[in-house]
Amino acid sequence: MGAQMTMQTTPEHLEYVLRLGDAALIHGQRLSEWCGHAPVLEEDMAMANMALDLIGQARLLLSHAGKLEGQGRDEDALAFLRHEGEYRNPTLCEMPNTDFAHTILKAFLLGSFSLLLWDRLGGSGDLELAAIAAKSLKEARYHAEHTGDWVIRLGDGTEESHRRAQAALDVLWPYTNELFAPNATDDAVSAAGIGPAWSELAADWEAAVLPVLQHATLTVPARTPFQSTGKFGRHSEYMGHLLAHMQHLPRSFPGAKW
Amino acid sequence: MLTEAQAWQALDAVEDPEIPVVSVTELGIVREVVAEGDGLRVVVTPTYSGCPATELIAESIVDALKAAGAGAVTVETRLSPAWSTDWIAEGAREKLRAYGIVPPQTAAPGGAQVVRFMSRTLACPRCGSMRTTRLSEFGSTACKSLYRCEDCREPFEYFKPI
Repeated sequence: MGAQMTMQTTPEHLEYVLRLGDAALIHGQRLSEWCGHAPVLEEDMAMANMALDLIGQARLLLSHAGKLEGQGRDEDALAFLRHEGEYRNPTLCEMPNTDFAHTILKAFLLGSFSLLLWDRLGGSGDLELAAIAAKSLKEARYHAEHTGDWVIRLGDGTEESHRRAQAALDVLWPYTNELFAPNATDDAVSAAGIGPAWSELAADWEAAVLPVLQHATLTVPARTPFQSTGKFGRHSEYMGHLLAHMQHLPRSFPGAKW
Repeated sequence: MLTEAQAWQALDAVEDPEIPVVSVTELGIVREVVAEGDGLRVVVTPTYSGCPATELIAESIVDALKAAGAGAVTVETRLSPAWSTDWIAEGAREKLRAYGIVPPQTAAPGGAQVVRFMSRTLACPRCGSMRTTRLSEFGSTACKSLYRCEDCREPFEYFKPI
């Protein structure tokens, strides 16, 4: 597409697209860790399928980011050859899988957010981003449907599944603050008509998430001032291990193909 | 040299690698074929972002057109408008059913609304029974889910609307 190339690329525009690409990449990488390990075969396939969609979205977004950057970096260079501090995913994405309940709760909280974000980005002034969003929205619906159903099954299931789902929500909930934290990148991008400030989605996100958690008989933790900072490049202790695993092959065998 | 019409005809024979009963043109992923000089430019819209068949399909398209006598062939990926199961050709839907895959029944839902515990009543593609159960929302490929017929006891797949 040539149209958006005439639009002046600002650092904020690139940063915003990197946040989207890195969120999809890191969340997808985590989900892919379940491949061959899920509690039942159906969920093994489900998580591998969702991971494939997310990594497919990451490829499109990082390719686009590489073009916006204009330094000749492609999707692989951005995915595998950056250092930890250069990744812009929210910390929630890199949180460990821990158990099935943690994975499902995390995918539900993130997926519900993505659904709203893709819907809004369908109208982006960045036409390539709008096209990626329209496509991703269709996939995100299936992810949100599947994980939402599981949140209810686990929360409103057995004593053990409820205990695990509640424990997962207690751990992960504070990390959702970061999604809606105001910042200069969002302000600039929103003013330029490229995408919404993520904070604009807070009310709709709560309206989507809270009824499901209530239906699941889970107790929503009180909001705290805790702020994680992954999207500013300051990550948790989990990120280094994730990257070591994900980057090992392309760094050991540069240009490897199969 | 290959005309655009001849190119379309050659593409009618390119099978989807995962579902070989339907062609890439029947699936609706080939959007345009444009003659450019001695060569051809083919515009393709991918199905799912993570579909591993996408690259293989692009290769098959190039191979088929070259075998039919085309010069240079370039495959261009176009994301917008996003592919929809509504683009699957009418004739291909019956081919899918005969192959054991229930074709997508309803158009993809609009907006961002999510339906909880969606249960679709699907007829078994083998015996026609309506007593069917969903076994897995995600099947052997991203585009399908897995069902079982409670009467003939055979498993079958459902092509999810998107």
